Amino acid sequence: MLDFDFACPTSLADAIEVLAAHNGSARPLAGGTDLIDYLRTGRLSAHMVVDLKRIPELRVLTCDDSGLTLGAAVPCCEIYGNEQIVKNYSALSDACSIIGGLQIQSRASVGGNLCTSGPAADSTPALIALNAQVQIVGKGGSRSVAVEDFCTGPSANILQPGEIVQQLTLPAPAAGSGSHYRRFIPRNEMDIAVVGVGASVTVADGKITAARVGLGAVAPKPLFAADLSQWLVGQPTSDATYKEAGERARQIISPIDDHRGTAEFRTHVTGVLVERVLREAVARATA
Amino acid sequence: MATQRVVTATINGRERSFLCEPRQTLLEVLRDVLDLTGTKEGCSNGNCGACTVLLEGKPVVSCLVLAVECEGQSIETIEGIDTKDGLTPLQNAFLENAALQCGICTPGFIMSTKALLRDNPNPTEEEIRFKLAGNLCRCTGYDKIVKAVQDAAQRRCGSGCGCNG
Repeated sequence: MLDFDFACPTSLADAIEVLAAHNGSARPLAGGTDLIDYLRTGRLSAHMVVDLKRIPELRVLTCDDSGLTLGAAVPCCEIYGNEQIVKNYSALSDACSIIGGLQIQSRASVGGNLCTSGPAADSTPALIALNAQVQIVGKGGSRSVAVEDFCTGPSANILQPGEIVQQLTLPAPAAGSGSHYRRFIPRNEMDIAVVGVGASVTVADGKITAARVGLGAVAPKPLFAADLSQWLVGQPTSDATYKEAGERARQIISPIDDHRGTAEFRTHVTGVLVERVLREAVARATA
Repeated sequence: MATQRVVTATINGRERSFLCEPRQTLLEVLRDVLDLTGTKEGCSNGNCGACTVLLEGKPVVSCLVLAVECEGQSIETIEGIDTKDGLTPLQNAFLENAALQCGICTPGFIMSTKALLRDNPNPTEEEIRFKLAGNLCRCTGYDKIVKAVQDAAQRRCGSGCGCNG
């Protein structure tokens, strides 16, 4: 591994200062499960690695009536280990419990998963489904964007040099809502999504009254299926609705061929998963 | 070269200080600096689990941890598993069920299993296979490992000794 220096600030202000001082050549470190491998293999380089895990704002995890605030460096295991998140933000705990194995989940964070900006990131479609906002902070101040506007392409996002993601905020779920994330992989576990689908729905009197669908690994970045989500509003909670939703999802994706699956296969699987994920999200909403 | 750092961590219950460069992984430091060679290097990219240790009680792959991150933290390696009375029930279960052939994956499996059984003392076969998916074995085909974990779970429950072994 090429040489680099290391800082471990314990305050947000110190972290911003050290990141700004290196003008983009410093790399923030959360769980390190991507970064350390990328540094070792030379895919990324850094003059300075800044460990963010001892900054209280990045470790916050509060879940109350106003919603969920999730520090960017909180590891997956703390997320699926939190009963309130499992109940109220099921799609997110679904995703966190299948990212890597136990060892990865002890370290990898949802904020880091987002900032790596892989098109197949498991937690991002779940965040899209749950309407997350991304709180970004840097030398120039702070800003907030909808999670679907964060990634711009494979391994690319809107962060400017020196900026970091501080927290994710998710609104409190409406009464009668449920969510789910599911992916297809060639193995039973420990693999990268061929297709990943996250959805949240609100259900009243047998009809969907609100919906958000996020799609992973089928475009250069995780997609918010906005038109599909809008179309779902007012539809009955029926197999026909889920099937039609799956068909509509197939129309908006632009998958690639790779060793995990062909574009044709991904297109097929996208429809199947949208059906299944919606069915499960509705089941949870009405349980 | 970046300045070497002094890192102090509790390793297998004993506070130890060591010198390392920021770029050195915990795996490198355990093996090459601290001479704790029970932790094995497999893939070095987080896939195989051979280098699993417990960091603050949680299983991690030490190839994806920088040693400098461990300042003030507790680390448990395979060397810290056994007791002065000899092997723990978990280790005996692996031995007696022939849950190893070449043995390279075994320290990692033992550490992951220790964390698994601590959090879930009676896992189903499916839970064992799912939770240990981050540890690869290229010899045994896993069935014997799963049986050893089931056996270890029974031994722990049967003994009631709370040895976490």
